Amino acid sequence: MIKLIGILIIIVGLAIKLDTIAVVVIAGVVTGLVSGMPFNEIVTTLGKAFVTNRYMTIFIISLPVIGLLERYGLRERAAYLIGKIKSATVGRLTSLYLIIRTVAAIFGLRLGGHVQFIRPLILPMAQGAAENRYGKMDDEDVEAVKGLEGAVENYGNFFGQNGFVAAGGVLLIVGVLKEQKIVLEAIDVAKASIPIAIIILIVGALQFLYFDRKFDKKYKDKISSQSDMSKNV
Amino acid sequence: MLKNSLTEILYILIGIVCFYTVYKTLKDKNHPSKIGTALFWGILGVIFTFSRIGLVWGNKDIFINDTLVGYMVLVLAALSAFKLVKFNKFDESSSEFKKKMSGVIGNKIFVPALVLAVVAFMVAQFWTKQLGSLVALGISAVLALVCAFAITKGKTSEMAEDTRRLLEMVGPMSMLPQILAALGSVFAAAGVGTVIADGIKFVIPQGNILFGVIAYCVGMALFTMIMGNAFAAFAVITAGIGMPFVFTQGANPAVASALALTAGYCGTLMTPMAANFNIVPAAILDIKDRKYGVIKYQLPVAIVMLIIHIVLMYVWAF
Repeated sequence: MIKLIGILIIIVGLAIKLDTIAVVVIAGVVTGLVSGMPFNEIVTTLGKAFVTNRYMTIFIISLPVIGLLERYGLRERAAYLIGKIKSATVGRLTSLYLIIRTVAAIFGLRLGGHVQFIRPLILPMAQGAAENRYGKMDDEDVEAVKGLEGAVENYGNFFGQNGFVAAGGVLLIVGVLKEQKIVLEAIDVAKASIPIAIIILIVGALQFLYFDRKFDKKYKDKISSQSDMSKNV
Repeated sequence: MLKNSLTEILYILIGIVCFYTVYKTLKDKNHPSKIGTALFWGILGVIFTFSRIGLVWGNKDIFINDTLVGYMVLVLAALSAFKLVKFNKFDESSSEFKKKMSGVIGNKIFVPALVLAVVAFMVAQFWTKQLGSLVALGISAVLALVCAFAITKGKTSEMAEDTRRLLEMVGPMSMLPQILAALGSVFAAAGVGTVIADGIKFVIPQGNILFGVIAYCVGMALFTMIMGNAFAAFAVITAGIGMPFVFTQGANPAVASALALTAGYCGTLMTPMAANFNIVPAAILDIKDRKYGVIKYQLPVAIVMLIIHIVLMYVWAF
């Protein structure tokens, strides 16, 4: 049981917001010590694993091209394209962003972020769409729109990213399984991650469109005064 | 072996990025933590470039020994712990310039990004045996960069500065996966996985695939919720639950492991411990309920996704 102390150290260390890297290293050293490993052997194990797992940090190789593209307005162009989209409802707009975000993640692009995309672009568009359709909403629903826009970024990011061969998660999987003597190719892990990326598109869209229906029902008096063009499915 | 020496050359390129960061840090007169930052990236650069340098020309005997690397890793951890790794300002393009250029260049700006992904995929697909996924990525990164220079007409000095900016913004956290793998390695040597597995054996019968899959997926989600980090959970839970209850029962390793990690992400959606995904955005989006304002909308989706993970792993991995 005492060997589990490392896990305890990680849980407590991260809970009280100590430096993640330091907490993990200390957890490793303490676990080794209580298990009777000599200090030098622990350090050697750490060093060896660090060297053989250098490929986990291979994403650095893609930074020059991404940095250069960002300097010349990659994000601004994406924002411009998304801004041109006219979508009548919160649910549809958010679903569309989920698709774009997820597909971009599969291509290894971080075309997203709460700071870079949601706050300046997607949230105002969703709020605009809601205001057009429902007029002034209750506080509760205003918060719901914000919450959903916060969530969509996470959905696309989490479940799309492993579709990219050099994603941190993919390389972590390859590395951890290698320590367990199972040899995997990154590309096979990336391919195996595609179905879940497609599933989140469906599950996420269902949630967003559900809120469309909910809002439509609640504010139906206000919609009826406007055109029926954008009736929901 | 061509694959090994090309991979080693990739690491040297990464080392060069680290060394460039050191150079710019030392030249910066107003840097808030000059020595600590330079030391951090310098050590990382040395490990990347020289730890197996002999492999470039196929000589296995020229390397830095693992114990020495281990001590260097301890120094890196200490520098990170005492918050000595910082960055100052970068020479970044202004937002007006970005706006203007995005209009001038237009949609062509996406071409290098597509080259990066598509070439990496194609090379990895056709030459997996000869080159492997990593070298494929290296090749695609070089091609995409050439393409990016052609389209943006940018300067190499700009590229160097932007690379350093992106690396320094991630900072010490960029080596978290590597550190976690090292932790997993110590856990394995110390037999931590066996302890967890022995504990779980009391709860679920070994040899039952469905129970194994449920334990792996739910274990990933729960541990991620507690730790706030799916990567850390993956190293621990794969050794403790994944190996004895899923992989040794004949699961397809790529499928089961890929689903296990995203099952962990379902946990990330449900925990305030993952502050940078759930709490910070609530603040950025000005949501009143800072702690659960995003989480409460993610909760139903996370639970549905977790159930789908279990079903998918059970059906598809076996």
